[in-house]
Amino acid sequence: MTDLATDSATTETAATEQLSTAPAPPAPSNRRRPLLRAWRQLTSMRTALLLLALLALAAVPGTLLPQRGLNPVNVAQFYRDHPSLAPLLDKLSLFDVFAAPWFAAIYLLLFVSLIGCLVPRIRLHTRALRRNPPRAPRNLQRLPASDGWSAQASSAHVIGAARAVLRDAHWRVEVRDEGDGVVSVAAEKGYLRETGNLVFHVALLLLLVGIALGGLFGYKGTVLVPEGSGFANVRSSYDVFSPSRLFADSSLPPFSFTLRKFTASYEPNGQPRSFGATVDYRATPRAAARPFDISPNHPLSIGGSDVYLVGHGYALRLQVRDAKGALVYDKVTPFLPDDAMFTSHGVVKVPAGLPHQIGLTGFFYPTYGPSPLGAQSTFPAPKDPVLDLAAWQGDLGLSGGTPQSVYQLPVAQLKNVGTTQLTPGKTWRLRDGTSVTFVGVEQWATFQVARDPGTKVVLVAAVFIVAGLLVSLRVRRRRLWVRARPAPAGAAAATVVEAGGLARTDADGFAVEFARLVQRMKD
Amino acid sequence: MAPNVSLAHTSDVLFAWAVLTYAVAMLGFAAEFAFARIARARGEDPVRSQRIGKAAVVLTVIGWAVHVSSVVTRGLAAHRVPWGNMFEFSTMVALVAVTVFLALLLRQPVRFLGAFVLAPVVLYLGLAGTVLYVPAGPLQPVLNSYWIKIHVVAAITASGAFMVSGVITLLYLMKSWLERRASAVSLGPGTAAAVELRQPATGLRGSARAMVDGVARWLPSTDRLDRLSYQVIGFAFPVWTFAIIAGAIWAKYAWSRYWGWDPKETWSFITWVAYAAYLHARATAGWRGRRAAYLSLVGFGCLMVDYYVVNTVITGLHSYAGVN
Repeated sequence: MTDLATDSATTETAATEQLSTAPAPPAPSNRRRPLLRAWRQLTSMRTALLLLALLALAAVPGTLLPQRGLNPVNVAQFYRDHPSLAPLLDKLSLFDVFAAPWFAAIYLLLFVSLIGCLVPRIRLHTRALRRNPPRAPRNLQRLPASDGWSAQASSAHVIGAARAVLRDAHWRVEVRDEGDGVVSVAAEKGYLRETGNLVFHVALLLLLVGIALGGLFGYKGTVLVPEGSGFANVRSSYDVFSPSRLFADSSLPPFSFTLRKFTASYEPNGQPRSFGATVDYRATPRAAARPFDISPNHPLSIGGSDVYLVGHGYALRLQVRDAKGALVYDKVTPFLPDDAMFTSHGVVKVPAGLPHQIGLTGFFYPTYGPSPLGAQSTFPAPKDPVLDLAAWQGDLGLSGGTPQSVYQLPVAQLKNVGTTQLTPGKTWRLRDGTSVTFVGVEQWATFQVARDPGTKVVLVAAVFIVAGLLVSLRVRRRRLWVRARPAPAGAAAATVVEAGGLARTDADGFAVEFARLVQRMKD
Repeated sequence: MAPNVSLAHTSDVLFAWAVLTYAVAMLGFAAEFAFARIARARGEDPVRSQRIGKAAVVLTVIGWAVHVSSVVTRGLAAHRVPWGNMFEFSTMVALVAVTVFLALLLRQPVRFLGAFVLAPVVLYLGLAGTVLYVPAGPLQPVLNSYWIKIHVVAAITASGAFMVSGVITLLYLMKSWLERRASAVSLGPGTAAAVELRQPATGLRGSARAMVDGVARWLPSTDRLDRLSYQVIGFAFPVWTFAIIAGAIWAKYAWSRYWGWDPKETWSFITWVAYAAYLHARATAGWRGRRAAYLSLVGFGCLMVDYYVVNTVITGLHSYAGVN
């Protein structure tokens, strides 16, 4: 553990060595007690330094290799690119660095070392808080800051005055009669430094507790909701749901919401300016619906969970009619964006109502921009919406029982029965008489719902971390002594006074403070 | 709201003037050193060099004021805080570095730092103005939060201060290298002059060494440099800690979690751990001095990775730097 209090002051007096409450270096190893030796080794500052370095080093691969927790798609890509290397890295948990056993081992060892260091230091510090300042070293002139003068008043009187000056400046003082008319006062200030240091390190432990709470009892999930549709907070509603280890489904708060409208505005160059999702939510099934605007940096909080807006895209309303004109399909299909201008792709499956099953694959361009390399959207808002469609006939494989993605069509097993380009309101008639109508463009939004019961603990810990750090780095611990002895017979003055002091940090600042205090004592 | 083009132009012009003024001030600080050396060699009083040094300080203050105006006009032109992309962030970090130098100068005689702080500042601003430059424009929606004022200002302040501490640490290592060589020489039978005779300072390497020697001789003691660097890190470290925490709170609002090991978060953490190791090392026997100094340089290296490599090479959630 750091002793933020210490600095490389150099003085040989015994009294000054206690200025730091850092643990003494490990005693000569005791061969009969290997456990004790190991414990001393673990809690030494050197080990803490080593573990800190290891912790920093261990985090590096987590930023160089794709991580499952951040981007599983990139991990899959890495597997394809390096088929022989990837499984090896995976065995070493290098795609889950921050959940890896060796990463946990490092920080847990660090925290054990920290506890081992903290406990004796807290004990020492509470003792130091009650103890009087140490007695004056024999030779005050040898201290980094020192001064000497003579006075007409008696020793006791001079020291009384010095004591008053120091008390006035909130120093802890103790007057000692050293015999033979020699009187000294010992003073100390800046105990808060070690207090801050200890608070900082205890707060680090609290932080770990908060993080653990979230890791054990939290949950998060994402869901795509088209405009006009609703969401109820049960596990099956989610597209992706990641519970933590001890999470129970029954602890999902029973809220629900409906996405009324999604709005987005863009700069002329297509850079987004603002997003917003207007929802009506109910905290419980019986509660009245209330409106709320969810936007970036502005989540909706209900029942301890927060609902965030994390993505958006277009959903196209398509209708399919059979050769006789009967409506067999009328749904809004979300298309997934492929680039920042929302060139999107999607799939429509019409499994029933027609002589053959029909599937449609499409590319949607909110603002159509033809180019020699294939069309692309040139602006994210639907200024000139165009839908490129391909129709496929055959067995869509939906009856096989194997689950398949709603965004994929097994085109290899299907027969292409035509391609076309549609704008809203237009209808495409296939050769067998089936017709497809592009009714219109709507929007969808993805929401992340998350609950982390450790957040409050983490926040409190963070506040103490900063406060402790500030105090331990700002406050200086310093000691000061004044000794007055009767002048030898025949001297002009009655009393010879000497003062000395030292601070472990900011020697320059202390010199100024020392001079000021001494000046006041002389006055 | 569309950016105010003429005001944005004014900001760019002021930016160029600030860089120019800093560059001249830097040369002034270097000239102070050169003239002081000549005066010392001749046994004269270094009055002239001191006058040049003071003029360089005045120029730095002017450059600083122009720099501040450039930042302010940029913000007014874009109708938002002037630290929304990598160019603006770099500009602000350089501004903080100069501010830290001037603030130190108010309290203690650290004019010797002038050239060494301004050199990376000019370099940094040059890089920002050419490679990273983007015209004034609006913010991405996710950045549109008052946390940008808290989190980013703290990150900028800490980065600027870490930059100054990095410079002081380099000077410390230079000085300590010279001291160790000098003590090695004094152990030998001859005097320092005798050793120099044995190893004549000829050629490029020799003159470079003579230059380093000259600069190092001019620097204050290692002890003083070490304390100065600790003082600056002692200021920057809590600010950096606060920046990370404020970032975590913002992340909770923006990305639904306070910590997600995003590359930027991870490198900020690594930087934090490196500087924490420095603070521990400074309190550990056998690690004080040069080893601690190396740790502080490692910390600064991590900060640079956090900033340049993470923003440009690694993709993550903080990839709105505006350079692609």
